Amino acid sequence: MVAQDFPILFSNCGAKLFRNSRLESVKSLPIMAESICRALRDGALPGELAPALTIKDSINSPFGFNAFAHVLAQLSSNILAGKSHSRGLVLLAFSRSPAYYVELLKKRGLNVGSSTKWIQILDCYTDPLGWKERFMEGEKISNVDQEVSNLSHLCTNVRDMDKLFSSIITLGKGFVGEGTVRFCVAVDSVTDMLRHSSTSALAGLLSGLRSNDSVSSTFWLVHEDLHEGKVIAALEYMSSIVATVEALTPSPYMRTSNLENSYLEHSSTKGRFHVRIKRRNGRVRVICEDFIVEPSGMKFTSISSEDAVINQGLIPKVQFNLQLSEKERNDRARVVLPFEHQGNGKPIQIYDGRRSLTESKDDNTPLITSEKGNDEGSGKGEIVYFRDSDDEMPDSDEDPDDDLDI
Amino acid sequence: MDRLTSNLLDEAIGFDDPTKPSPLIGRLLLVEDCVETSGAFVLHHLLKRALSSRHASNAVIFIAFSQSFVHYDRVLRKLGCNLAAQRDSGRFVFFDMLTLGCSDRSGKETDEGVLVGLYCKIQRAVNALIQENKRHVTIVIDDIPLLEVAANGSINHVLDFLHYCHTLTSEIGFSIIALNHEDVYMDIERPLILQMEYLADVLIKVGPLATGIAKDVHGQLTVLNKPVEGLQDKLRNRVHNFHFYIKENGTEFFYSGSRA
Repeated sequence: MVAQDFPILFSNCGAKLFRNSRLESVKSLPIMAESICRALRDGALPGELAPALTIKDSINSPFGFNAFAHVLAQLSSNILAGKSHSRGLVLLAFSRSPAYYVELLKKRGLNVGSSTKWIQILDCYTDPLGWKERFMEGEKISNVDQEVSNLSHLCTNVRDMDKLFSSIITLGKGFVGEGTVRFCVAVDSVTDMLRHSSTSALAGLLSGLRSNDSVSSTFWLVHEDLHEGKVIAALEYMSSIVATVEALTPSPYMRTSNLENSYLEHSSTKGRFHVRIKRRNGRVRVICEDFIVEPSGMKFTSISSEDAVINQGLIPKVQFNLQLSEKERNDRARVVLPFEHQGNGKPIQIYDGRRSLTESKDDNTPLITSEKGNDEGSGKGEIVYFRDSDDEMPDSDEDPDDDLDI
Repeated sequence: MDRLTSNLLDEAIGFDDPTKPSPLIGRLLLVEDCVETSGAFVLHHLLKRALSSRHASNAVIFIAFSQSFVHYDRVLRKLGCNLAAQRDSGRFVFFDMLTLGCSDRSGKETDEGVLVGLYCKIQRAVNALIQENKRHVTIVIDDIPLLEVAANGSINHVLDFLHYCHTLTSEIGFSIIALNHEDVYMDIERPLILQMEYLADVLIKVGPLATGIAKDVHGQLTVLNKPVEGLQDKLRNRVHNFHFYIKENGTEFFYSGSRA
C-alpha cells in the first residue's frame, strides 16, 4: 500500500523523488562495518589516544568471533595494500591457535608469508600457564609448520601483564619501515585475559596500549555475559567504538525456553550488528545493520526493508487493512451523503422565508422562480410562503406566547 | 560391526556420511544433562561409535571421575563393544580418577597441581598413541563437576585444564567429548557453564520430556551445531530436536509424535 502511495506523491515533484531514491541507495549499502574498519585504519592523530573497538557478543548470538575475524581481515588487507596508517599488526591469540589465524588469513586471500613481515602473533593459546614447559621438557610434539612458527612467539605466563605489554611493544617495534613505525594491536579474547588477571591490570594494559605513540589502533573481543556489568562498562569507556552482536531470533541456548518449548529445526546464522561510535567532539552515532554468517565470512546488509516499513508507518500489523489506497480515497470523496443539497448544476439557494423590500427590488428572480414553481403544479411538493407584511417579524428565538397571561 | 546404522543423533552431529571423516575432528562436543535425565547414554553411544570404527587410527582416552571401569565395560558390552579387549589392544586408555584422584591429593599437591598432573598424563598418553600412528583420538571427560571437585572447587583451574585439552584439538586434530550437569551451576556459577558453551562446537542438551512423564518417551534431546568453516551446509548452526527411548542394548531416537 505504501508503494502505491509514493509514486503519486512524488510524481508532482521530480526533484524530491530523485533525492529520496538517492538516499535509499546510500542506506542500502553496508556502510557501517566499513566505517569501523576505516576508523581503525586511519588511526590516531599525533598526541591522541588510539581508536579502540570493543566487539561484544553473548551466548544468544555467539558470532563475536566472526565479527572479529571480519575486522581482522579487512584491516590486514588495508595494511598489506599500504593504505593504513599502521605498518603491521600484533595479534594476541588467546582463544585460537596461531595456525588457525594463518589459515584464516590465507583463506581470505591475504599474503601471510610475504617477505615484509606485517603480522606477528603473540601465542597465548598454546601454553598460557607454562604447564607444557614445566612438565614436558624435551617431549614436545611439534606439529606446527615453519611458516606459522616464524610468525608466532610463545608466551608462557599470561598472568604477568607487564611482560605481556613489553612483548607486544617489542614485537611491534620489529616491523620494518621508515620513520615512526606504527602498528595495530588485536586481542582475540579479553574474556580469557580477565580469567588470568584483574580488571584493573587489564585496563592498565589496554590504556597503556592506546596511549603508546607507536600504536595506531586496537580492537578486542569480549563475551558480554561472562562478566559483571562494571567490567563491560570499564571496557566500553576505554573504547571509541563499541560493536554489539545481537540475535534476531530467540536463541536455542536460552535455558528457560529450551526444553519446555520444542524448537522447530531452524538455522539461525543471522543477527544484528549494533554499533556506537564516539566522535572526537563527543557526538555519539548509533547505527544498526543485519548480518549473516556465511562459510566465506560475514555479510552485512542494511536492516531488512520489511522492518524499515514498519518503523516508518508505526502501524501495527493486523489482519485487516487500516489504510486507504488512493482509489478508495477518491471513491469515498464521491459518496453522496443523505440530506446533502445536490445542486444539480444550479446555484444553491435556500429560501429562509425572509425577503426584505430592498432585496426584492434588487433581485426579483428568486421570487419569480418560486412563483413559476407554484404555477407548474403542486406535484413537486414545494411549500410556497409569502410573508404577509414587513411587520411580521422573522422567526426568532423569542417565545411568541411570551405575553400571554393565563 | 564396521558400519553402524546411523540414527537421528548421528545425523544431527554429522556422522551420517561414512565417506567423510568424523565431523568431530578438532571439535569439542559438550553434553549437558540434569538430575531428572542422565546424559550418560549419549557418552556411551559416542564411545561405542569411536571404538567400533574400522579405522585403525581411532583411539579413545577416557577420563572417568564418576564411574569405574567395570561399569563402563558392562554398559558397553550390552551395546556390543568389548572395552577390556579394546584396552588390551591399546585403543582404549582409561584414567580411573576415582582412585587416582584420591591418591594424588594425599601428598602436598596443590589443587592446580592435580590437574596439571592429570594433563601431563594425558599428554604422555597422547604422545604414545601418536607414536603408534593413532591420529584420531577422542578424549572423553565424565564429568566436569567432578573434575571441579578434583580441583578443589576452583572453576578457573577447570577452565585452564579444559583450555589445555582444547589445544590438543587444534594442534593434533583431536576430539573432546565432555559431560556437564546443568543444574549444578545455578545463577551464581553460571559463567562456568557459559564458558563451556562458548568453548563447545557441538552442544547436546538432555532433559526430561517437556510435557511430563511418559511411558514411551524417556526424554528429549537438543543438538546444536555451531557454524564452522567447511562444515556441511545443512548442519550449520542448526537446531535438532527429538525424543529418545533408552533400551537395554541401545537408544532409540525419534521425532516427537512419530513413534508408533
